[in-house]
Amino acid sequence: MKSLSEIETISKRASRAVGFSWGISEEVGRNMKLLELFSLKGIKHLNEYFKQRSNEKFENLNLISENNKSSKLPYCPIILGVSFLDQIKTLEKFNKIKFYNIAFPLLFLPFLSRSSEIIGKKINFKFDDKEFVLNHNVNILSNLPMDDCPITAQNSEIIFIANEDNFTNQEWKNLYKLSENTFVDETDSLKKGAAGAGLTDND
Amino acid sequence: MQVQLRDPNKIMKLSRLGSFHQSKLSFLRSFLEEFKEWNFKRDLFDLDKEGYGTVIYSLKKNERTYSLICFANRINNKERSDRVIATKWDAAFTLHDGIPTKHDIERLRGEVPLQEVGRLSYKELTLSRANRSVRVFDHVVKSLSNGNQPDLSILDKVGYLYRTTAVYGSGKFGLADRFRIKNREEINGPFRLEMMLVYLVRQFTFDQVNHIAKCIDPNKSVSLDTDICKNLGIGNSTGLGMAPFIVNHPTLLNNWIYTREIALKKIREIKNVKSEDYNLFIKCVRNSIKNITSWNTESEYQLKKIKSLLSNIKKFLEFADNNFNSKIEYTFNKIYLWLEKETCEETIEYIVSIMMEPYDNIVKPLTKQMSSEEEKYFNIPTNRTVEELRNIIEERYPDILKINFKEKKNYQNFWFISKNKEEPRYADRFNENGSELEQPLAIARDIKELHDELITCKDSLTIDKFLAKNSDLRHVIRRAFIIEKFPYSEIQDNTIGKNVVPIDMLRLKLSFFGALKFDPRSDKWLRICMFQGAPLPHNLKNYNSQWVYNP
Repeated sequence: MKSLSEIETISKRASRAVGFSWGISEEVGRNMKLLELFSLKGIKHLNEYFKQRSNEKFENLNLISENNKSSKLPYCPIILGVSFLDQIKTLEKFNKIKFYNIAFPLLFLPFLSRSSEIIGKKINFKFDDKEFVLNHNVNILSNLPMDDCPITAQNSEIIFIANEDNFTNQEWKNLYKLSENTFVDETDSLKKGAAGAGLTDND
Repeated sequence: MQVQLRDPNKIMKLSRLGSFHQSKLSFLRSFLEEFKEWNFKRDLFDLDKEGYGTVIYSLKKNERTYSLICFANRINNKERSDRVIATKWDAAFTLHDGIPTKHDIERLRGEVPLQEVGRLSYKELTLSRANRSVRVFDHVVKSLSNGNQPDLSILDKVGYLYRTTAVYGSGKFGLADRFRIKNREEINGPFRLEMMLVYLVRQFTFDQVNHIAKCIDPNKSVSLDTDICKNLGIGNSTGLGMAPFIVNHPTLLNNWIYTREIALKKIREIKNVKSEDYNLFIKCVRNSIKNITSWNTESEYQLKKIKSLLSNIKKFLEFADNNFNSKIEYTFNKIYLWLEKETCEETIEYIVSIMMEPYDNIVKPLTKQMSSEEEKYFNIPTNRTVEELRNIIEERYPDILKINFKEKKNYQNFWFISKNKEEPRYADRFNENGSELEQPLAIARDIKELHDELITCKDSLTIDKFLAKNSDLRHVIRRAFIIEKFPYSEIQDNTIGKNVVPIDMLRLKLSFFGALKFDPRSDKWLRICMFQGAPLPHNLKNYNSQWVYNP
């Protein structure tokens, strides 16, 4: 089994070898480590992407807007990811961001995951009928089998998920009520003697 | 009184970093301190009469066990080489996490002796190999088998029986990644498991010579005297592989230097130094003279430094004995200021190391702050502005900005990774091929280029926009934001200039390991000795923590 350290180093060097700058290659190394740690097929997709790059062209999107439509070529997932990561503080102001035609969307995921950590919000990434939730760079949830990520995302959108509860008020109240059964009713004597601060701390 | 931390622009120069010495903060010393309560055991000793076979040692406490598995192999003299291109060694070692099963041992027997071309698993933590110092090894075996102790003058010249030529960890060749073990309390200092491996290998070298001598003549032979063992360490040959490490791990480098600077600052700020602390300090300086006079090297570069160190140490002791009142307030601050005025970089850093000896209360808490969570500082704060970044660079890299990189001598060399061994190398850009594949280790040049670019941009431009057009400078933009928070994270020198001495970078790292007796064999590799004078494993529970300075 390859260690994560080997995965990071080799991915970084390979990225440099296909023409990315050292700084971007460092990002790719970090990302491959993340994908493989989460059992996603990062190395496989990076390999296939680099193979395609030797024969085909991809569009570099350096400045992201709400609606991003590539001219003819699919977006390079690495340059797109770096731009997304770098511009995340601006992008978070949009409700929804759309991209048309991203190559190897799996390689774009770790950038979204890291962006989610930076802004402290979950990110929802959908394309076609596929869906991912990037959860503060702690994990990546998906409705796809782990080895089944397509190599293009035709119509994709990104939504920043507001920090809200994931349950109803009633569900919370029910649990809270149960939790109260671990509390002790305070008698007068307990009120006087059991609290460290005493009764005169507001004098 | 408040003493300022020393200026990174002065301390992080290569000549200063190349003058650092081991101290109480060094990893091999903090390893011994951490593991002194652990139980040492020899679990397997299966060597034939010539000393070839398998040996296992363990350190155990509560539910945790670390096992060193040693494979001693027969090689002929022609195959023995310390160079990284070697493919066979007298012995190969791995530190296994836990107690190895028979299956583990068999698996490792096929892999560990192969070193870089073998595959380890997440159950192994570190990997190494070593060669005998043939002359010393044979002399010791012969003497012991004849019932005599070896000639100390021969041992003193070398200082060890075996020399390691590489110690690998942190995920290399399939070894366990650091994330698997980083939360273990006993290994919260850098390179602790590498130190453990080297320490246990040292014991293997003694057990092996005793065993071979006994097999030669069971009636006449004697064991190597334990005091002699104590004064033998483990040698190490180190090449350029270490140099990029300190460039590639800026926050870690910062934490090593910063803790040293904090220790010095706190010691200089002690108003009333206790006489027993001062006396211990002076005793260590005095005893350390033996370490200097027994420091053997043929390197003119190092001989010059040793000569100057010895004369300055004598000058300091003369000053301390005759012209210095140790009862005055802020004793160590006065000593430090005298050193700055009267001596050289090598001496200043040597004495600074010894100043820490009486102060476990200052040093011990700092040893726990020498690791780094590097991931936390990887992202670039892209909402910052060009003006802010430019200010950081101008404040943190003042001398680097003065270097003229249009002059050939200032970019004469380049760092690259050798295809044959996947190891870092350093070569002349104008005489060798391959500079187009240069590694990103020319930080000074790239920072200067970044600064040149920044001054052409609007102050208010944000870094995300700047990056969109300057992707090739991304690696140094990251570093500049790191140095803003970590002032000792960067070498404040040009690492590709004509006059660079790469072993200064090695020496910095090795001093933090705790190495002694740096012996440069060229400007690109050197030999050192580790654990010389250190307690033996069965004496760990009650050892003298100033063992480095015991005469």
